[in-house]
Amino acid sequence: MRSLTRHTLFWPLLALALLLVVNVIATPSFFSIRIQDGHLYGSLIDILRNGAPTLLIALGMTLVIATRGIDLSVGAIVAIAGAVTCTYLAGSPDEGSVSRAIVAMSLAVGVCVLLGLWNGFLIAVLGIQPIIATLVLMTAGRGLAMLITDGQIITVNNALFKKVGAGFVLGLPVAILIAMAVFAVTAVLTRRTALGMLIESVGINPEASRLAGVRARTITWTVYVFVAFCAGIAGVMIASNTSAADANNAGLFIELDAILAVVIGGTSLAGGRFSLTGTLIGAMFIQTLATTIPTIGIPSETNYLFKAVVVILVCLLQSPKARAALSVRRQSPLLTKGSAA
Amino acid sequence: MTQMSAAPAQATRTAEPVVEMSGVSVSFPGVKALQSVGLTLRPGEVHALMGENGAGKSTLIKALTGVYSIDEGTIIVGGEPRTFSGPAESQAAGISTVYQEINLCTNLTVAENMLLGREPRSFGRIDTREMNRRAGSVLARLGVDIEPRSLLGSHPIAIQQLVAIARAVDIDAELLILDEPTSSLDADEVVKLFEVMRTLRDEGVAIVFVSHFLDQVFEISDRMTVLRNGRLVGEYVTADTTQLQLVQAMIGRELETLEKIERQAEQNTVRATGTPLMEVLDLGRKGSVEAVDLQVFEGEVIGVAGLLGSGRTELARLLFGADAADHGDIQLRARRTKLRTPRQAIDQKIAFSSENRRSEGVIGDLSIADNMVLALQASRGWLRPLPAKTKERLVTQYIDALDIRPTDPHALMRNLSGGNQQKVLLARWLITEPELLILDEPTRGIDIGAKAQIQQLVADLAQQGVSVVFISAELEEVLRLSDRLVVMRDRRKIDERSNDDVSVADVLEIIAGEVRDDA
Repeated sequence: MRSLTRHTLFWPLLALALLLVVNVIATPSFFSIRIQDGHLYGSLIDILRNGAPTLLIALGMTLVIATRGIDLSVGAIVAIAGAVTCTYLAGSPDEGSVSRAIVAMSLAVGVCVLLGLWNGFLIAVLGIQPIIATLVLMTAGRGLAMLITDGQIITVNNALFKKVGAGFVLGLPVAILIAMAVFAVTAVLTRRTALGMLIESVGINPEASRLAGVRARTITWTVYVFVAFCAGIAGVMIASNTSAADANNAGLFIELDAILAVVIGGTSLAGGRFSLTGTLIGAMFIQTLATTIPTIGIPSETNYLFKAVVVILVCLLQSPKARAALSVRRQSPLLTKGSAA
Repeated sequence: MTQMSAAPAQATRTAEPVVEMSGVSVSFPGVKALQSVGLTLRPGEVHALMGENGAGKSTLIKALTGVYSIDEGTIIVGGEPRTFSGPAESQAAGISTVYQEINLCTNLTVAENMLLGREPRSFGRIDTREMNRRAGSVLARLGVDIEPRSLLGSHPIAIQQLVAIARAVDIDAELLILDEPTSSLDADEVVKLFEVMRTLRDEGVAIVFVSHFLDQVFEISDRMTVLRNGRLVGEYVTADTTQLQLVQAMIGRELETLEKIERQAEQNTVRATGTPLMEVLDLGRKGSVEAVDLQVFEGEVIGVAGLLGSGRTELARLLFGADAADHGDIQLRARRTKLRTPRQAIDQKIAFSSENRRSEGVIGDLSIADNMVLALQASRGWLRPLPAKTKERLVTQYIDALDIRPTDPHALMRNLSGGNQQKVLLARWLITEPELLILDEPTRGIDIGAKAQIQQLVADLAQQGVSVVFISAELEEVLRLSDRLVVMRDRRKIDERSNDDVSVADVLEIIAGEVRDDA
């Protein structure tokens, strides 16, 4: 039992399971999945689909956080990705064509990769602290997205584009398939190659890694490009879901959800060891929470309040002092502070 | 009560022990660090805690100060059974510790560091003036001539160490624990430290002294407790014990290895002819090392001697590309080469083990195995992971060969003792099969047993044709191993000679001779 509770994924899984139980009690049909027109529908499918953009970004964020970094600009990048896709499509003569959609989406993701290069340059080459460096794009990025869309919400009509966020393939939502594919690729890239170990070593001790010949700068740069790439896909997905680019609201606060998902999954903000599976569970937890709140009759505007509670719980669980208090074997005497002086 | 005058202190000499630990056991995941160990500390005595690396000295100290919680046993402090749940509590009970690795904030001033957490206040605000005055008076008592308002980070490690001790002294401790306080101090700084220790002892303070320098232990300590492999070997009165007895108690076997190394090094007469493996001309970097010329031949051990801050570490960093040189030439195997990053040097089969194990070597949260293969993996690139079987073979081979404990390759690096960490780091470089191995203080802060093993390793490597640049503050060690000797002073190479019958006194004269010329 003790070794079970010590497993890194024990607490995230327990929390997710508890939430699911609450849902089943509130809506007994929660787990039911029905097939309609060959497509799967149900609450669980909804959670997975709506959680896909957060999961995508959280995957990239996991690697960034593992290197001791953080990326606050992902929400702005989401907005830019949507803006680029929709503006390009709306401005082209054949708005509905397949080839235009492919060009538009590739262009959007390409722009995001460039933005990731910019973040990585500030952090890995110029040595600016990640929180400051990405704050630049977090604030400027939304402005950039507004500039691209000219301040308008741009709606488009393109079947292929619409499919990315709202369509189905083989009965499953495309968004889920994309997120799972990125998850699988990331897992293979980090755990079947040496990339994961090198990222961790840079996160734990950058100078020792450099002296051991690890190209710490390249690795740092790469993870910021990767998270921007993920945010780009997520941005296309979010815009596709409504077939519209809303520079103001697309991906708003998604960076916080992504960071929260990573932390719930057991990856420490201090860098080092990371868990992609943990992040997957964390992202699902957050989305389930957002779904649960209206289900049990609480107005969904209070969502942030509940997230705050989760943050506090996670912080408590990760703090060494709280852990010690949980597994206390002896009553420790109160600290007599100042008696030494 | 801690500020006792000299007279009552003498009276308490036979009185109640300050600390009595008995039957103490501590274990970490996969490691039994201490098994039923006892330690008795009396007021007005310097008590040396001796043992090899991984013997459990640091663990015992951390168990006493509440950094680690104990699984079994009792700790009696001042006559009462106590269990501290952290250093703050043990400090409040009069136990002050200076750890082997300095735990101070380099971005604060000297005074702020000394009084951190105990700042004098007036009207609820920190009284900076009083703080600087108090820090200054403690420093003056220790004879350390530095400005309390200067940033700690602006001083060399040796001074930072003295500040750490000054901090502990200021707490008015009944028990002062000094874990390897002399490992980065020069000879006259050690003398200064010992003066302070004697003063404190005569005031009735109990002092625990952990050191690997046997001479120092015999000079300063009254009593010794010896640990081996996490177990208690015994307590000895220093005056009744010989160095040989102590060493045998510590390592539990004869000490012929060192003599064997010396014989081997003598036989290894190197042909310093032909094309050198590495030749540097006029190599230097502003503010670090002035123009150095150096030739390194195949299978040769070059010993670099010099005081702390003489530029010996800086030279090593230039040879490895850890810092980029701003002038000079490097030729490797007769070809001109630029070494601007460690990676370029590693690609040229050069390896460098830094003197700062913790900050520049150890990846604490990774396993022994990952730490070992890091350099090789980095040079293979992330796309070509080391096959699991090769990795396992290499790791077990080196754990065996270097006698690394624990033997579990999955144990986390941060749970290892200093000496075992050092061995893992050496293994990291040996796995890359270097042709030039630069070792900066590879034996610092580790015990005789491990020291002998590492020296043996260097001698063996040289015989196999590996060139070694060996830097150490211990001149005996440098002279024992090296074929050629380079002496550094004031960031310059001041002498180079072949190591034929050079004695420690000769080297000291070379260094000191320059001092006289300057004066």
